[in-house]
Amino acid sequence: MSTTMTMAAALNAALGDALEDDPDVLLIGEDIGELGGVFRITDGLKDRFGAQRVIDSPLAESGIVGTSVGMAYRGMRPVAEIQFDGFVFPGFDQIVAQVARLHYRTRGAVRMPLTIRIPFGGGIGSPEHHSESPEAYFAHTPGLRVVTIADPQDAYSTMRAAIASEDPVIVLEPKRRYWTKGEVDTSVTADLTSARVLREGTDATLVAYGPLVVTALEAAVAAEDDGISLEVIDLRTLSPLDRDTVAASVRRTGRLVVAHEAPGSVSLSTEVITAAVEDCFEHLEAPPERVTGYDTPYPPSGLEDHYLPGIDRILDAVDRTLGRRNSREAA
Amino acid sequence: MLTTTSAPDHDLVAGLEQPLHVLTEDGSRHHEPLLEPFLDDVDEATLSSLYTDMSVIRGLDEEAVALQRQGELGLWPPLQGQEAAQIGLARAVAETDFLFTSYRENGVAWCRGVGGEEMLSVWRGNTLSGWDPFAHHMATPQIIIGAQAHHAVGYAMATQARGEDDIAVTCFGDGALSQGDVNEAMVFAASFQAPVLFFCQNNQYAISEPVDVQASVPIALRPTGFGIPSLRVDGNDVLAVLAATRRAARHIRSGKGPMFIEAVTYRMGPHTTSDDPTRYRDEEELETWRRRCPLGRLQRYLEQLDAHVEDIRTAAEERTKSERTALRGAITTLAAPDPETIFDNVLATEHPGLDRQREQFRALNASLAPAGTEGEAA
Repeated sequence: MSTTMTMAAALNAALGDALEDDPDVLLIGEDIGELGGVFRITDGLKDRFGAQRVIDSPLAESGIVGTSVGMAYRGMRPVAEIQFDGFVFPGFDQIVAQVARLHYRTRGAVRMPLTIRIPFGGGIGSPEHHSESPEAYFAHTPGLRVVTIADPQDAYSTMRAAIASEDPVIVLEPKRRYWTKGEVDTSVTADLTSARVLREGTDATLVAYGPLVVTALEAAVAAEDDGISLEVIDLRTLSPLDRDTVAASVRRTGRLVVAHEAPGSVSLSTEVITAAVEDCFEHLEAPPERVTGYDTPYPPSGLEDHYLPGIDRILDAVDRTLGRRNSREAA
Repeated sequence: MLTTTSAPDHDLVAGLEQPLHVLTEDGSRHHEPLLEPFLDDVDEATLSSLYTDMSVIRGLDEEAVALQRQGELGLWPPLQGQEAAQIGLARAVAETDFLFTSYRENGVAWCRGVGGEEMLSVWRGNTLSGWDPFAHHMATPQIIIGAQAHHAVGYAMATQARGEDDIAVTCFGDGALSQGDVNEAMVFAASFQAPVLFFCQNNQYAISEPVDVQASVPIALRPTGFGIPSLRVDGNDVLAVLAATRRAARHIRSGKGPMFIEAVTYRMGPHTTSDDPTRYRDEEELETWRRRCPLGRLQRYLEQLDAHVEDIRTAAEERTKSERTALRGAITTLAAPDPETIFDNVLATEHPGLDRQREQFRALNASLAPAGTEGEAA
């Protein structure tokens, strides 16, 4: 049975159900208890499950992650919240040097069924360090699973899968989409390996993830007005990458556009395009395009509308792949 | 609640003026009321076994250094000088307590039943982790300085949540005191009253940097700022370390929260076999610490007790010799790892990208095999 809810409520339900179903699951993070988190994702969970399972941690991200590692040693399944994307870096060492390596280091003796939730991306008018897209650092790190969510149903199902996973999972939550609504059926399951085709099309493949999935779908609707049929793929998992779904689509459309908020250099778009070139080069009818944040630090929020890929920039890139008139050259 | 709950307790630290000790340098017994009650059961047999343990780990350490010099190991971090600190600690904690240590605690590992093969395989480059942490209740050596302190606190918090009474112990050196992780771990431990022991072997140097680069006051004072009681103990006095650890473990196990021990000791050898300590310390300093040798001190005490010193020494030497032989023998049993294990255990569950790379690696190796051996390679 499905219910209409926001992505925030879907995440709250996923965390609550995980706590309910498994006594080893616990939440740890800054302000997640009494306050319910700065985005209220953990609202009410401390009252339901107590302060020992919904832990307000000291303000130390390395401590949040490192303490979770120790808890996982003892058989717990901690779900750590990093308050904002830009605050993950004090915990970076524990993530890349410990969490990602313990299973490998100990030849499988020590499991790290740890979930690290990170609200990410821009678009909410925040000060510096509150709008970052750090996914490439984690996708680059062997030993981590990195997933994104794009709508309430996917948020619920993917969060449950992440918490149930025997591997450490970084879940990147598009904070500007927390309040978008959708139908959620809590019996629907998700894996941590597949992209999904959200809209079928014939002229070009548009790949996005996280906050830009909504933008990509809107771009596809707009393109329809120009008689262009876009296939939209939500990449979902950034590590591992579901290159087969992308390649299958590119074989059908012959054109590829990849969009994300993070700076383009050495990014997920680099990886997706490389994979497509390796897998289906002979099917490409035009050079792949990417629409990304610029190679600048995240700008002041007054400029973020210029920085974040929007419908116009995406359609401009689509036009280039189709040899249509675009901002860089006339057709 | 706008203020912290209690005023600083001036009794939070002991041993500031002089490290707590039970044996003086000349081996005579010193009455230390804080430690004495924890040594009631120590008889000649106990003293003999403590001496043997210290002798064995010194011998194993010398053997490992020799193996490194002979090219059998890539690197080794010697522990000579720290035998009392490591044996005193390891002999005081329960089998079910869990240790998270750095890479120099091979003496502790030996006490936890870690075998020669398990101890050497990391330093030979065969594996990243020599043993199963759960088999010995001891995590494998942590190389990132201080990172393990968090793991001990998390483990302790989970212990607390499960209502069990074992404790976690984290070992680190004086250099780790400057790491954010150790300080953050003390915040977490204090805030949640986690059953964890912070055990710092202050061996005076972080590679070449003397301890005053890390701390301008005695290290044992640092935890008191976090509200964690602290004992500063003579780390070359095995009885003092044994008693201090027992005292701390009892405190922690009884639900009174974390404790900290600073074992004041000295690393007689180099940081690792790649280090050259003559560049940063002098002979005079070494001579001072040679006089404080943990084994020599215990031996002098045994002499004053009119114990059977010669028998104890002979037995310890024989045991040490056989352990050294076993360690050397272990090297020959360490087979080179199978190349394809590069891909093993990156994740616990499927990863198509890695499977693809493994297949490519296999195909590459098969293609490079000498003609006529393709069947074997496949």
